[in-house]
Amino acid sequence: MVDNLLPLRVDDLVVSRRGKRLLGPVSHTFAPQGLTLVIGPNGAGKTTFLKALHGIERISGGTLTWNTPPEDARQRQSYVFQSPTMLRRSVRDNLAYPLWVAGVDKALIRTRCDRWGARINLSDAMDRPAPLLSGGERQKLAIARALISDPDVLFLDEPCANLDGQATADIERMLTETQATGTRVIMTSHNLGQIRRLATDFLFVLSGHIHEVGPAAQLHTPATPELAAFLQGDLL
Amino acid sequence: MTEIWDGVRAAFWLVVQLDADLIDITLRSLHVSLTALVIACVIALPAGTWLAVRRFRFRRAAIATLNAFMGLPPVVVGLIVYLLLSRNGPFGVLGLLFTPTAMIIAQVIIITPLIMSITHQAMRELWAEYHDLLISLNTTRTQRIRTLLWDGRRALLTAALAGFGRAIGEVGAIIIVGGNIDQVTRVLTTAIALETSKGDFALALGLGFVLIGLSLMVNYLTHSLSQTERSGRW
Repeated sequence: MVDNLLPLRVDDLVVSRRGKRLLGPVSHTFAPQGLTLVIGPNGAGKTTFLKALHGIERISGGTLTWNTPPEDARQRQSYVFQSPTMLRRSVRDNLAYPLWVAGVDKALIRTRCDRWGARINLSDAMDRPAPLLSGGERQKLAIARALISDPDVLFLDEPCANLDGQATADIERMLTETQATGTRVIMTSHNLGQIRRLATDFLFVLSGHIHEVGPAAQLHTPATPELAAFLQGDLL
Repeated sequence: MTEIWDGVRAAFWLVVQLDADLIDITLRSLHVSLTALVIACVIALPAGTWLAVRRFRFRRAAIATLNAFMGLPPVVVGLIVYLLLSRNGPFGVLGLLFTPTAMIIAQVIIITPLIMSITHQAMRELWAEYHDLLISLNTTRTQRIRTLLWDGRRALLTAALAGFGRAIGEVGAIIIVGGNIDQVTRVLTTAIALETSKGDFALALGLGFVLIGLSLMVNYLTHSLSQTERSGRW
């Protein structure tokens, strides 16, 4: 049995660019289970925080401590970007890409791609060029591509921005299923309805700092006036 | 004006009669330039992509030098290769001077920077698009280069065609290192130079039209094989 990736402990994490502090210092411990929503207004540092956790944003200070060595931790997480990058290849080859990178056997790649293609209702479009898909299909493909390598942690940055109701519902269903199978999900969102539907716990980020943390139930009884205002849809 | 008309007629007859010399010269032109192209591509495509992906200290200087080398004067390249391959030169023992191999070497030197520079330009844009995803997926540098080469293959085709165009039309270097020897190193461009200085404008023009036709054919063929410029492709 491989070691658990989580909990993840964040101590005094700081991200600065050109002398300007974008984030931190923030400290938090991510529990082994759940679906955490990182919420907050635009420019609060949500994306920076997520990228720093994933290890693709250079951190200027503080530490990230996974339960396993960093090298191992890096292999077992996936990230879905706000505007998903579609490789200029077919849908199938997009799905297959992370497995190719990891050196997975070809036959296994094929069966996994077929399974995931069916899961996101793109079985008939497997040979279509991925950049030609609709916005919702692209986002679903990006999530499937992130999940195909069975990560222990999935990061998503605004997975439903600019999507209509049906696509959002599909994606939320995927995320709920993912979480149910034990994958830790950490995502950002703006959508107040979505935050209430999905979150098991939340982190409210404001001006580069964690302003309030709590279980989903606390979204109904915010402790700080800022979170209350944010959840009412007020401009912060 | 009559010269041009005579040239068209000469070209027409040369092609219709399948003139043995013409075919010989044309095939040699293709052989030299295509071989040079393949060698240059093997070097320049990965190297240009590497340059787009890798950040190192003298990167800017390297790119500026590369771009300057795009305009390398063929005559000078010919001269240097000549000196290197001549009997007294460092590679004289190989006996390569005045052979098609010498012409290939000169052309590789001329077109490699061109192909590499166009490749770098195209790959830089693709890399900007792919950067975050490929970093997130823990790709190795080799995997990144392979991914960019494969997904940017249509842009690379343009780079290769530009290289071929420069090679097939080049005369300055290959006439110096090849020597324009009949049956051995005479190609379309050197034959045109020779016929022009002999005053046989009709034949020179005829060969010229064949050269242009050849260039067009190679371009059409590559485009139809690779299905560029079709809707639904990228």
